[in-house]
Amino acid sequence: MKLKMFSYNEENTFVHRLSGVTKLLCFLILSFVVMYTYDIRIMLLIGAFSIYLFKLSRISFKQVRFLVMYLLFFVALNGVITYFFEPTHGNMLYGTYHELFRFNDIYVVTQEQLFYQVSKMVKYMCVIPMGLIFFCTTNPSEFASSLNHAKVPYKGAYAVSLTLRYFPDIARQFTDISNAQQARGIDMSAKAKVMTRLKNTLMVISPLIFSALDRVDMISNAMDLRGFGKYPKRTWYTYRKLGKEDALAFVVCLSFVALALYMAIFVTNGRFYNPFI
Amino acid sequence: MNKKELFSTKMLVATGLGAALFLVLFKFVTIPSPIANTSFQIAYAVAGFFGALFGPLCSGLLAFIGHALNDAMSGWGIWWSWVIASGVSGLIMGISYFKINFENGFGKKEIITFNVIQVIANVVAWLIVAPVLDIAIYSEPANLVFVQGIWAAIMNAISTGVVGTLLLVAYASRQVKEGSLDKE
Repeated sequence: MKLKMFSYNEENTFVHRLSGVTKLLCFLILSFVVMYTYDIRIMLLIGAFSIYLFKLSRISFKQVRFLVMYLLFFVALNGVITYFFEPTHGNMLYGTYHELFRFNDIYVVTQEQLFYQVSKMVKYMCVIPMGLIFFCTTNPSEFASSLNHAKVPYKGAYAVSLTLRYFPDIARQFTDISNAQQARGIDMSAKAKVMTRLKNTLMVISPLIFSALDRVDMISNAMDLRGFGKYPKRTWYTYRKLGKEDALAFVVCLSFVALALYMAIFVTNGRFYNPFI
Repeated sequence: MNKKELFSTKMLVATGLGAALFLVLFKFVTIPSPIANTSFQIAYAVAGFFGALFGPLCSGLLAFIGHALNDAMSGWGIWWSWVIASGVSGLIMGISYFKINFENGFGKKEIITFNVIQVIANVVAWLIVAPVLDIAIYSEPANLVFVQGIWAAIMNAISTGVVGTLLLVAYASRQVKEGSLDKE
C-alpha cells in the first residue's frame, strides 16, 4: 500500500546513530533557516548538504520516488500560478527591471522574476531530503521521547506518538470500509457529482469516526487505569543519551544559522540576495 | 459529560486518534479544487467534530499535528504557514465545546451555533493567518495568497458545515438523552 513509501528502516549509519532529539532539532533549525533566508546561495548549500546526508543515510531512492515526482509537479504548478498572478513580483522585490522578452502587455518575462521564482523553487525543495531523512531514520517510538526532550510537554508528545501508532490502523480500516461501501455501489470517484460525492464520503467516514470514538474510550480508560498523567514528568524506554556525533550535528546546523544571519546582516542587508544592484 | 474538562487523558487520546483520522482523511479523501494548494478537505470536518466533543485544545492540536505530519510525509517539508493556520482553525472551532450541550440533542439552535463558530474559524485561519504568514515566510505575491485563502476558507467552511454538522447530528442521536428513563 501507499504507506510503505514512508517507513522507518533499521540501519547503522551516522544519521541513524544520532539521537531522535538531535535529528528533530536539526531538522527544525534548518527548516527555519530556509524559511528565513531568501539567499539562493545559502539555500543551495543547505540543499547540497541535505542531499549528501540523504546519500549517507542509505535511503533508497525507490522508497521516495513517488514523493519526488509528486513534489516536482506541485512546484511546477506553483511556479506557473505565481507567474500568472504576479508576472512582475520579482521586480517589486528586487527593485530593478531587466526585461528579457514579453508575451503581451501584462505578461513580461524579466530577469528578476525568473530569479525570484527559481529562488522560491529552491526554497521549497532544499529541505525536502531533510524531512525524508528524519522520518526514515527515526524510530517512531523514539520520536515521542525526542519531542519531550525538545521541551514539548509529554502529554503533547504522547498525542503525537498515539497518532503515529494509530495512523496505519485507521488507514487500513479506512481502506476496508471504503472497499466494502464501494462493493455496495457507493461511488466516491470523480464520476459522481460533488454533492453526491460528499454524501457518499460521509457513508465511509462516519463508521470510521464512530469506531475511532469507541477506541478513544477504550484507550483512555486503559491509560487511566495504568496511572497515566499522575506525575508531571515521565521517563522513556527509547531515550538515547547524546554523544559526540550529536554535538557535531548541532555544530554543523548552528553554523548554517550563523552563516545565514551573517549574510543577512553584513553582506546582503536583508533576507534577499540581490544580484541586480 | 457533565464537567467540561480541558485536559484529561480522554482528551489527549482523542487528540492522538483525531490527528490520525485527520491525517488519513487529509491524505486519501480530497476533492481537488481549481486553485493550487487548496482542495475540499473533509479532514477539517473531523477537527470541527472533535472540537465540539473534546474542546479547543484537542481540535487545535489535532489539526496542527495532523497537518504537520501530513506535510512531512508528503515530502515537501512542512509548510508552516498553513500548518499553523490549520491549528488556529481547529482551536477556534473548538469553542463550540463550551456552547453546545449534547444532552439536549442536537437541534436547530446547536446547528446554527456550530456553523457560526466554524465559519468564523475558517475565515480567521485562511483569510488572515495563512496569507499573512505566507507573505512573511515565503514572500508570495499578496493577491495570489489571498485568492488561495478565500478559496480555502469557502471550501473548508462548506465541507466542515456539511460533513461536520451531519456527524454531530449522528453523534447526538447515539447519546442517551437526559431524563430518557421513566420511573415506573
